[in-house]
Amino acid sequence: MNTQDAAINPRITPGPPDPVGPEVNPFADVDFCELERSLRRPRTLVDLLLSNLVSAMTMLALIPLFSVVLMLLWRGGQRLSLDVFTQLPPAPMEQGGGFGNAILGTLIMVALAALISIPLGILSAVYLAQSRPESPFAGAVRFGAKILTGFPSILAGVFAYGVLVLTFGGYSAIAGGVALSILMLPTIILTAEDAIRMVPAKMRDAAIGMGATPTQTTWMVLLPTAMPGILTGIMLAIARAAGETAPLLFTALFSNYWLFRGGFDLKQPTASLAVLIYNFAGMPFDNQVDLAWVAALVLVLLVLVTNLIGQAFSRRQIHE
Amino acid sequence: MRNTTNAEKLSKARIDTAQRSAKETASNGVVIDCNIDELYYSTFKAVRDTSIPVKKNRITAFIGPSGCGKSTVLRCLNRMNDLVRGFRFKGHVHFRGKDIYHPSVDATAVRRFIGMVFQQPNPFAMSIYNNVAFGLRLNSYKGPVAEKVEDALKRSALWDEVKDKLQKSGLSLSGGQQQRLCIARAIATEPEVLLMDEPCSALDPIATRRIEELMVELKTRYTIAIVTHNLQQAQRVADNTGFLYVDTSDGGRCGYLVEFGESGQIFNDPREQYTKDYIRGEFS
Repeated sequence: MNTQDAAINPRITPGPPDPVGPEVNPFADVDFCELERSLRRPRTLVDLLLSNLVSAMTMLALIPLFSVVLMLLWRGGQRLSLDVFTQLPPAPMEQGGGFGNAILGTLIMVALAALISIPLGILSAVYLAQSRPESPFAGAVRFGAKILTGFPSILAGVFAYGVLVLTFGGYSAIAGGVALSILMLPTIILTAEDAIRMVPAKMRDAAIGMGATPTQTTWMVLLPTAMPGILTGIMLAIARAAGETAPLLFTALFSNYWLFRGGFDLKQPTASLAVLIYNFAGMPFDNQVDLAWVAALVLVLLVLVTNLIGQAFSRRQIHE
Repeated sequence: MRNTTNAEKLSKARIDTAQRSAKETASNGVVIDCNIDELYYSTFKAVRDTSIPVKKNRITAFIGPSGCGKSTVLRCLNRMNDLVRGFRFKGHVHFRGKDIYHPSVDATAVRRFIGMVFQQPNPFAMSIYNNVAFGLRLNSYKGPVAEKVEDALKRSALWDEVKDKLQKSGLSLSGGQQQRLCIARAIATEPEVLLMDEPCSALDPIATRRIEELMVELKTRYTIAIVTHNLQQAQRVADNTGFLYVDTSDGGRCGYLVEFGESGQIFNDPREQYTKDYIRGEFS
């Protein structure tokens, strides 16, 4: 506020004390009641109510989430031991046992699915975001990917069943991986496309201005810059795939044995955590039900660890 | 434009003068001979009748009001406009006597000889070192990369500020430092010409001064063309200046070259009335 304003507005700075007249309160005409916070004013009341409503609803939304996690820790934590990672599923009425083969199966099938869907997804995203963003074909692919994100997972299983299981005669880890990759692909394509589009246009201009070819621009600037976003998409997709049961029922089925029984072979029925939970949770034996709880806990932890690794990785990329 | 009815007639005469003066200056040492008869973005005519010779080891400035097409013309010089859909133009741009728009010419190769510094500092999201080494890697440079990087950073007056943190992100630098990093990146590959599109408009006055000093140093090795709407800047650094103005006579907004000449002449003794008015700040 400069001196000229102050002179014009006596409320802000009272003038020099007048030796003749009485001292005038410059704030006399301000009604301070208007400044006080009062619940009688509708505006204040509505604000208070809505602010509290927001907090209450957040709490409410967290209840199911925390109950699931607590329940898992409580029921699953009791039986958690090294045995569950190393032993095979028990037969009915048998005590003890574990699900080492299911953990391995889940890891292998998710890895297979990632191996298929990550390169395919990222390269498609490059096409959609960079090569031909406005072509009708790109539009069709984008539309298809959006529909596929809501694709019922059981249909992915039926598809892989029809294409792989029936053709090559038998349930297998490969078929399971393919079914999961169908579920992962749209998420990866869409998030990676977004991430590539989010790279500031000025960075792309800089690369092109340096004489980079479109390929060099993509590999040396766009993909590295978009990597944190792409990784987030991959993590989301992996988390979803790891927990899917329906597609695996049709493709990998289940197995009570190690995958490498008689040589490492991906062309045989394979156990997975999700199908194990599905099978054991419905059994009338306490031992199996308990193992289903432990398996659920292990599955959640696996997804959590994957996410933490991904986050750490993308954070390192940003700070580099 | 105040006098739209006579504008066409007037501008015709102006073009003649502009072209004559351009021819007079375009004797020797012209690295880029740019002659744009008509330039379109789809159906929109953006620039017409602009011919500017960019001379070796000189700073050539393009001045003019916003929307007069100075950046458009500059971006023609290294085919950055190829990225704009619907871009086409009549005329020619010759780089050392070779038509860079000839079908046999690879645009990416052109840009390796004619580098560019943009209005917004745009370092890559990678380390300072990798930013400068970027161009070398593009060309799969086999020599000593570290030396080249150091040399480029020294010549862009940034070395002392960053020598201890070469592995830090280029984005962690201040705006002025980022712009000097972009200059280092552009000169690391030893281009012939450096195009600068309002390189100081996003910077504070002190950073602007440093970039200006840098430009004057760099012109001993490179040829520089700069777009600016800071008249004092053009006056301070440019050897030659072209003044572009907007012609709104036929309903569009078409930029054209009003006058081109030595900076001293343009700023102290402009031939054209429009130039006089613009330099005196009577319109902007």
